[in-house]
Amino acid sequence: MPKRHDGEFNMSQKVLLTAKEIDILLHRLACQLLERHLDFSDTVLIGIQPRGIYLANRLTKILSEEYQVKDIALGSLDITFFRDDFRRGEKILEASTTEIDFLVEGKRVVLIDDVLYTGRSIRAALTAIQSFGRPKEIELLTLIDRRFSRHLPIQPNYRGRQVDAINEEKVKVLWKENDGKDVIYLINT
Amino acid sequence: MSELSVNHLLGIKYLTEQDIELIFETADHFKEVINRAIKKVPTLRDITIANIFFENSTRTKLSFELAEKRLSADVINFSAGQSSVKKGETLIDTVNNILSMKVDMVVMRHPNPGAGIFLSRHVKAAIINAGDGAHEHPTQALLDTFSIRERLGGVSGKKVVIVGDILHSRVALSNIFALKLQGAEVKVCGPRTLLPKHIESLGVGVETDLRKALNWCDVANMLRIQNERMEFSYFPTTREYSQQYGINRSLLESLDKEIVIMHPGPINRGVEITSDVADSDQSIILDQVENGVAIRMAVIYLLASKIK
Repeated sequence: MPKRHDGEFNMSQKVLLTAKEIDILLHRLACQLLERHLDFSDTVLIGIQPRGIYLANRLTKILSEEYQVKDIALGSLDITFFRDDFRRGEKILEASTTEIDFLVEGKRVVLIDDVLYTGRSIRAALTAIQSFGRPKEIELLTLIDRRFSRHLPIQPNYRGRQVDAINEEKVKVLWKENDGKDVIYLINT
Repeated sequence: MSELSVNHLLGIKYLTEQDIELIFETADHFKEVINRAIKKVPTLRDITIANIFFENSTRTKLSFELAEKRLSADVINFSAGQSSVKKGETLIDTVNNILSMKVDMVVMRHPNPGAGIFLSRHVKAAIINAGDGAHEHPTQALLDTFSIRERLGGVSGKKVVIVGDILHSRVALSNIFALKLQGAEVKVCGPRTLLPKHIESLGVGVETDLRKALNWCDVANMLRIQNERMEFSYFPTTREYSQQYGINRSLLESLDKEIVIMHPGPINRGVEITSDVADSDQSIILDQVENGVAIRMAVIYLLASKIK
């Protein structure tokens, strides 16, 4: 595979969404969350490690700064030890940090991830979150939904954009705070 | 760097500094896991682990077993006392019989130095050495240095003195390797009879005066006097040993600084350490035990991920 440098790719890629389009999607998703959860008193947002945390942070920022929602409970969940492909891939799975400093018992949990693809990460997250209590309900928010690639019967409650990508293609979401700019690429490998 | 350089954990001397760093980073995650309401993860549900103990153990065996169960591995336990070893079966035969029941990993404690290394060459399973005679006890050294890192923010540059029965101690040898590898300064302290000849060749200082050693160090690791390994007397009486090499409150308070006290257990209260020291805020003895489970989960996880 070609090497990549600073978020730039040598292989064929096209821009799926620009920074402006992402910003509009984020605001729409924030409003949809607001519509259903109002003051968020009973709701917790959980970003899935490693890439879902940027989306969760952005949505929380919009909700608190532009819609004055106070004290949103925001956590990050690492699913490494709950995945179903341990010892099955080439790569050894590396864990990230889990930070959930509140109880999810009886709460309305919104799982947040950047791309929904096979659904296996979300399956792992559904199991992993049970270690922190029994939530009242769990919803799923995803920025990109690759709708024809699912291995499991899992669908998002909130989606930014549906994408029809074939398996050889990869959707890469870059964030300003981590990768220097906001952009979503469709990469042909 | 996400993979260990070894397929077995036979001793610290086979590890690199990066291996230890990887084990510590993984153990940080597992420490968070074992402090959750539900302390179990399903990662190793298709792995079977045999704990084979040819020598007595409480803490290490429990800690390994708990680590394995927290990772959802299937566990079988075997103690030499109740086994066919008494009927004359060889080590390789014993282990191969266990492995033919489809076991992926063996955790073994054995009275003979090098038993784990021998086994790793002759059987098809990942081996973890849980103590081989007076040779090495790698997971103990990992959890000890992990506990120092947790309390003092790092191991590099710290001064550590290991006090007591260095001659019979696998904990001492593994600790020396682990501490040196991570850039700590190490001294050993004890009566001459319990310090091995040429120990300096490992790059450690030697001190026979406990007060001087304690005034020098940041951390004192107090070892147990291993009466079961002593075929003759190495010091006149336990009382005399305790007076010269035991640590107590008044000795600690007379030092220039506050040092961290460690002990690998089991403690002989009143011999190498008094109760008021063992139970004080300076002691991290119980943190060592908690960290032991996280460290063993990390080692098992990392080795298991290399099983194909």
